[in-house]
Amino acid sequence: MSSGTSVEGSTSITSQRNIFSRLWNDKETRSVIVQIIALVALFAFFAFMIRNAVYNLEAIGKGFSFDFLWQPANYDINQRLISYDSRSSHMRAMQVGILNTLLVAFAGIVLATVLGFILGVLRLSKNWLTNKIAYVYIEYVRNVPVLLHILLVHGIMVHSLPKPKSAINVGDAGFLTNRGLFMPKPIPEPLLWAVIALFVAGIIFAIIFRSWAKKVQNETGKIYPVFWISVFAIIILPVLAYFLLGSPVNWEAPELKGFNFRGGMVIRPEFIALWLALSFYTAAFIAEIVRAGILAVSHGQTEASMALGIPRGRTLKLVVIPQALRVIVPPLSSQYLNITKNSSLAIAIGYMDITATIGGISLNQTGREMECMIIVMALYLLFSLLISMFMNWYNKRIKLVER
Amino acid sequence: MRQSNQGKQQYEPGTHPDLPPPLGTTGPIKWMRENLFSSPTNIALTILAAFFLYKIIPGAVSWSITDATFIAEDRNECRALNSGACWAFIAQRWGLFTFGFYPEDQRWRVVLAFVLLLMVIVALLWENCPGRKVLFKFALIFPFVATWLLLGGFGLEPVATDKFGGFMLTIIIGVTGIALSLPLGILLALGRQSNLPIIKYACVGFIEFIRGVPLITLLFVASTMLSYFLPPGTNFNLLLRVLIMVTLFASAYMAEVIRGGLQAVPNGQIEAADAMGLKYWPAMRLIVLPQALKISIPGIVNTFVGLYKDSVLVIVIGLLDPLGIGQASLADTKWQGLSTEVYLFVAIFFFVSCYAMARYSLYLERKLHTGHSR
Amino acid sequence: MNKSFLSAAAFAALSMTAVNAQAATLDDVKARGELNCVVSTGIAGFAAPDDKGVWAGIDVDFCRAVAAAVLGDGEKVNFVPTTGKTRFTVLNSGEGDILFRNTTETMSRDADLKLTFLPVNYYDGQGFMISKELGVNSAKDLDGASICIQTGTTTELNLADYFRTNGISYEPVPVETNAEAQTNYLGGRCDVFTTDASGLASTRASFEKPDDHIILPEIISKEPLGGAVRHGDDQWADIGKWVVNALIAAEELGVTQGSAAEMGKAAGDNPSINRLMGTEGDFGSMIGLDNQWALRAIEAVGNYGEIFDRNIGPDTAIGLERGLNAQWKDGGILYAAPIR
Repeated sequence: MSSGTSVEGSTSITSQRNIFSRLWNDKETRSVIVQIIALVALFAFFAFMIRNAVYNLEAIGKGFSFDFLWQPANYDINQRLISYDSRSSHMRAMQVGILNTLLVAFAGIVLATVLGFILGVLRLSKNWLTNKIAYVYIEYVRNVPVLLHILLVHGIMVHSLPKPKSAINVGDAGFLTNRGLFMPKPIPEPLLWAVIALFVAGIIFAIIFRSWAKKVQNETGKIYPVFWISVFAIIILPVLAYFLLGSPVNWEAPELKGFNFRGGMVIRPEFIALWLALSFYTAAFIAEIVRAGILAVSHGQTEASMALGIPRGRTLKLVVIPQALRVIVPPLSSQYLNITKNSSLAIAIGYMDITATIGGISLNQTGREMECMIIVMALYLLFSLLISMFMNWYNKRIKLVER
Repeated sequence: MRQSNQGKQQYEPGTHPDLPPPLGTTGPIKWMRENLFSSPTNIALTILAAFFLYKIIPGAVSWSITDATFIAEDRNECRALNSGACWAFIAQRWGLFTFGFYPEDQRWRVVLAFVLLLMVIVALLWENCPGRKVLFKFALIFPFVATWLLLGGFGLEPVATDKFGGFMLTIIIGVTGIALSLPLGILLALGRQSNLPIIKYACVGFIEFIRGVPLITLLFVASTMLSYFLPPGTNFNLLLRVLIMVTLFASAYMAEVIRGGLQAVPNGQIEAADAMGLKYWPAMRLIVLPQALKISIPGIVNTFVGLYKDSVLVIVIGLLDPLGIGQASLADTKWQGLSTEVYLFVAIFFFVSCYAMARYSLYLERKLHTGHSR
Repeated sequence: MNKSFLSAAAFAALSMTAVNAQAATLDDVKARGELNCVVSTGIAGFAAPDDKGVWAGIDVDFCRAVAAAVLGDGEKVNFVPTTGKTRFTVLNSGEGDILFRNTTETMSRDADLKLTFLPVNYYDGQGFMISKELGVNSAKDLDGASICIQTGTTTELNLADYFRTNGISYEPVPVETNAEAQTNYLGGRCDVFTTDASGLASTRASFEKPDDHIILPEIISKEPLGGAVRHGDDQWADIGKWVVNALIAAEELGVTQGSAAEMGKAAGDNPSINRLMGTEGDFGSMIGLDNQWALRAIEAVGNYGEIFDRNIGPDTAIGLERGLNAQWKDGGILYAAPIR
């Protein structure tokens, strides 16, 4: 840096070259230079894109604004968790879509986890037949695109279930048709709130009791039947209360009227198909994760635990599962993310999720591609972020268990 | 009793020949006892599973094979001939399913490109392949040869990319994506591990963004909105845009897989490389990446399989992959209502290719599992 | 460092060539030697590929006519199949040059989606198809029915409006393509299938037992179907507009695919035909083409009547009557603006 500035003529050129080469060969300065270049390139890239977008939108006379969200959507949606009709705004349609996405993602995560654990355990089963069935199932499901599963399940549901006129009667309460599963809808009476309050109180009590029992166990070694007490508080007590208060719920049964069942609740075949297909598909991946996780716990651990005289159930609960979970949870969280993202394939069978409402019909009827896609992507990013945050939190928690 | 007594041979102590083990502890019976009926739960499971298979298999076989129709002119003929699946539809449209709308008299080019691809793949995957070195050199120019064969020009009749379709399209998207996403993924993974903050955060941002959104939204952006972000008037090929998006998408996942591998390489290795005076790139190329990549092989193959499967999503933006061809063909008045056949057919295609990839990865994993196992 | 400079330079070069590449659609098409025509993924009679992958249908024929007028060969068309949802973005992004895809002309599409519509090539209206055995005779009796609709179309909005104004409830079953709608309808997922009446007829014709299904008398909307181009290229819009007019006028004037070549050789007695055939006046150059533009279009696909009869007319499987789509002289509302 200091040399070469005052020297004249040809020497100054060589010394300047020296400066550059020296700057370049110095690790610190080089990293600064590389980063500055990267930053400039990045900015240039984004500026270029935005400039183009502004220019192009102007050229065809399209503005960029989210005002359309407050205009009436003008289309109807058949599956909705909140009230909506064709006069509602695009904003409302988007909310319907968000809730539908969350619903199918949540239901899918639950079912896929349960199925995945069962399949994973079956894969480890000593029974050759079940083991092989699980193997064939996992390999088939994993190696075929999920979109095909969705289409197949939907096709089978629509074509092999009966029409409403000849619905399958499930214990006089539900009716299974190719228009969906019709079930009685609970209409709460005021006293039901007491039952719900009891239920919530039960959960809170169980959490507190659990940590207290743990503390006692750590200090004195005394073990309480935490599980059964929790079950009593959360399930049995509210159920008893429910019947003691004289079943404070009215059920509105579905009735066949005209073309369809009226009243009650309905789960549409599109939801069922998407939910089942996503769960079956993801369960195959989870099964492999679970299998790997359980196999990762060395056999010595189990043997050591048995040698200490710890019963089988407790060995599983206290030794095997905590160690297996440590291996299972990180890949499991990415499977949960996958379910959420794959739920966007709903569009193929007409389940009205985010991609089908705001990213589909709204986009098409208003012609606001840019705004709609920004919203859709931002929403998926948000969901991904939330799920990874939750799973990271959970991961940290079970890591503490390992110590 | 007496007979057996009479027949009893006498042996000197220690010369008695080994008797066969009792019946039921060898052969199929032993196997069945151990694997199917070892405990009450096991017996229950076996019975349940056998019942399940009994319920499923006969129906499936009769529908798909014994009661199926393989040759017919239209669906009505199919229905008239037999009660099962109507594979005649697939047979009739075989060309469309394989080549899309590629001109019929030019299809040998696709076949040739595919054969060359197979040769390259065999050379890459099978070490004892004869003439492997020559084929390796060929692998370097293969992309250009294949592009020339498929697109035409320089003496061949040009074929536009929107004539591409069917399995051919799936394979093009899959192979290109696989070939390009690996190097890109490595760069992104290294970038994410870099200690230059700006590069690191740029890579993190890119990876997390791509991994956070579904592929169909990206494809939708590629197909409809990309032109807004390009200078006015530029327009490039839809297939190219899809290839770019699929590659970017897969490379973000690849980067995460490789990052796992990089993290598994002990720090001592890098420090040793530093101590030897190796610069960043040689150190990465010679020391770190070989180890990291070896560890991440299962993940890399999984990403490949994922990418390959995801290629069906191009149907959402109107490219006619096998599924798209199938759905377009279902609109043909002669062949309506055969969606199950179409979906199953496409599913089988994907199963075969993806399962093969998965098996190869298992083999590779075992082969490369040299030492380092603790 | 070198690499960064290189890529920056390449970037700059790319952006410059890109800006230069902007040109009028007509020049683009001529330079390319091929017309990119946006059609549907498959609606029998309007646009659908056959076993060999050759496209056929009314919309397809209009594409071919434009290609013949502009490029001199009706085969130089590259069909871009789109769903109801992707069609406008494909056109607006410049991937397609012109759109003929059962598209209803509406004000918002014209003004807000930035399209310029060509003259109507098929007058349609939204109707309902339902299985006969359900015994429904009027759309007013559809209370509580499940109805299959193609998303991203005007039918979706019409349906919502119609049922709302009549105070009837229904369950919309959104589907992406016509093929899906058919499978859902035949599978019994929905009781009713609604789309343009022509689409219903073409769908019904493809059923195993077409007579088991009826199309209800109510037509709940006006659906003037026409081609479209992007806003802002008036010359290109004119070409599309006048090719459509020429095909309609050709029927009115009695010019057919077979007789066009003969009539185009020399000027005859009828000045209207002469102007159409390019033997009088200089109309081709007004839209940037030569004077035989209309002649080539007619030679390629025939006049409107021939196109109609070949694809969806009474003798085809679809079997639609001319109805509103007859010439104004024959009681229809086809009324081509004069070439003058």
